[in-house]
Amino acid sequence: MKLRFARVAGCVGAACLWAAATLAGAQPAPFEDSLGQRLLACTGCHGKEGRAAADGYYPRIAGKPAGYLYNQLRNFRDGRRHYELMAGLLAPLGDDYLREIAGHFAGLEVPYAVPLPAAETSAVRAAGESLVRRGDPGRGLPACTSCHGTAMTGRAPFIPGLLGLPRDYLNAQLGAWRNGKRRAAEPDCMAKIAALLAPADIGAVSAWLASQPVPAATARPATASEALPMACGGVDGSAAAAASGAQR
Amino acid sequence: MTGKRFTVWAFSVSALAAVVAAGTIAWLSVRDDTPSQRGDASVTGNGLVGLGEYLVRAGSCEGCHTERGGARFAGGRAIETPFGIVYSSNLTPDASGLGGWTGDDFWRALHNGRSRDGHLLYPAFPYPNYTRLARGDADAMFAYLKSLAPVAAAPKPHALRFPFDQAAALAAWRALFFRPAGFQPDREQTPSWNRGAYLVETLGHCNACHSQRNAFGATAGPLDLAGGLIPVQNWYAPSLNDRNEAGVETWPVADVVALLKTGVSAQASVQGPMAEVVAGSTQHLRDADLVAMATYLKKLPSRTVNVVVTEASVGNVGNKAGRVIYERHCSGCHGERGEGVAGAYPALAGNRAVTLTPAANLVHIVLRGGFPPTTAGNPRPFGMPPFATVLSDEEVAAVLSHVRSTWGNHAAPVSTLEVARFRGSAR
Repeated sequence: MKLRFARVAGCVGAACLWAAATLAGAQPAPFEDSLGQRLLACTGCHGKEGRAAADGYYPRIAGKPAGYLYNQLRNFRDGRRHYELMAGLLAPLGDDYLREIAGHFAGLEVPYAVPLPAAETSAVRAAGESLVRRGDPGRGLPACTSCHGTAMTGRAPFIPGLLGLPRDYLNAQLGAWRNGKRRAAEPDCMAKIAALLAPADIGAVSAWLASQPVPAATARPATASEALPMACGGVDGSAAAAASGAQR
Repeated sequence: MTGKRFTVWAFSVSALAAVVAAGTIAWLSVRDDTPSQRGDASVTGNGLVGLGEYLVRAGSCEGCHTERGGARFAGGRAIETPFGIVYSSNLTPDASGLGGWTGDDFWRALHNGRSRDGHLLYPAFPYPNYTRLARGDADAMFAYLKSLAPVAAAPKPHALRFPFDQAAALAAWRALFFRPAGFQPDREQTPSWNRGAYLVETLGHCNACHSQRNAFGATAGPLDLAGGLIPVQNWYAPSLNDRNEAGVETWPVADVVALLKTGVSAQASVQGPMAEVVAGSTQHLRDADLVAMATYLKKLPSRTVNVVVTEASVGNVGNKAGRVIYERHCSGCHGERGEGVAGAYPALAGNRAVTLTPAANLVHIVLRGGFPPTTAGNPRPFGMPPFATVLSDEEVAAVLSHVRSTWGNHAAPVSTLEVARFRGSAR
């Protein structure tokens, strides 16, 4: 889908406005001062459900946990994640606005697309499913589900869901964690986990996750409260304030 | 024998000449290195720290002396220059920063451009401006910096290319372009005008961006605000005394104040390097100081240099390829006739930011998008999406050439080559 942000059309929810295609001769929607209108700079690339482009994949941001989105916005702005366009856009923005932006996108409910079938062999997918559901205790690798939820739809407000993401995006992110290109606040639990994963593990996990449909009823992040198997800097402490702000 | 004696003689003369030249340069580079003046002792204690914090903000010190995501004022940010990279120093009161410094040491850095151990400082640190500061203000700034929590951050060695990494080169630069000075108020002008002049010339160091640098990276001095392309970043800091650029001669004072305080005004908004200045510095200034700066800027001698191209030479029709791109990607926000939406999306018709030459800023904004800064007066700015991944250099050139030459705009077209050049520096 090509980037178009010319006409604005209303969708679900009072504050939900999406960039839509220009139709020749169509009358422009009247300007409405809303957060969605102010954030066309985001949806121009990320679209409704994420968007593939020549330079990579722009992930879906709608419906992700507010604390997670807020942490990522700060990580890009403060140099823990690296993508120049994101860093440049966020550079002049303060924490309060980033919190509102995170809350805005977290509050959007956009249906997930049907996943593409996996091209990998069933053995590879089975290995991926096993790592996701059970981890590998021998290597000290916790199950993905132990933090991201048994339904893999994340855990509010900091831990994102793992479903509805394309394989290439998952591969790229796990690879970036593994080689230190993507970082989070210390203690950086995902960096430790990614360091334990071999490239073949990453391929298997991504292949299986990307082929799973998103269960409609549980697409929202759960609010489970079991203890996490390891300490994560993005989940507690300073970031806790983010969640309460985002849920305002 | 005669030949040998001549060689010895010639060598001696050359050596003597070299010593004299080196001595002259060394002397010129530190001339007027006057003993420290004492500051005004009327403000002390917490009042001094509070004043210092305010002045440190007015000087945008934190912007350069903080690494992205790093501890405030701990330095280490890479300042890219055409001569290589200069790393900012640690301003916190740690042993690796200002820990062992005295007020006299700090004053000498600001006023004379020399460090505590006497070594010459690179003018990426704008001491050609700060030299005009009042001693009392420098003391307040020092008191504030000394009140910060110490952060251990050893200075990073600069990465300048030969010969710019040589102390002699810096001494020669200073001999040519730097002389310690003080702020000279103009008795003919009002106190507000003089306060504005002081802030613009010293702490604001506005000319560091808003003037053209020569081949040695020197400006024509703090009073030159005639605009210039910022080296390496390649944003164009427009002339502040040209009404076709960013001159404010015809603006109401309130609009100038609003722009510096909130990042947006009825007439313009700030993006790029100026967004950083508003976010880190001017939004925190008192209204009286912003009014003073506006008063000074409005009275700058008007010099219209950026003459817009006449309609006859360009026509006023835009171009077809550009119009198609504009209608697809831009008109939804900026309007079918470039009218924009007041308070949200800038009009492009009759907007001098659109007709500026060079078109560097336009190219940056189209490629990278951007937000004005968040400020108390504009906490939720409207953003522009980046088009770097959507439009080719040719398409950017076409759409910019279109908006620069239609709806009454009469600026020269933008070439694909220019877009490519600015895209290279837009990373």
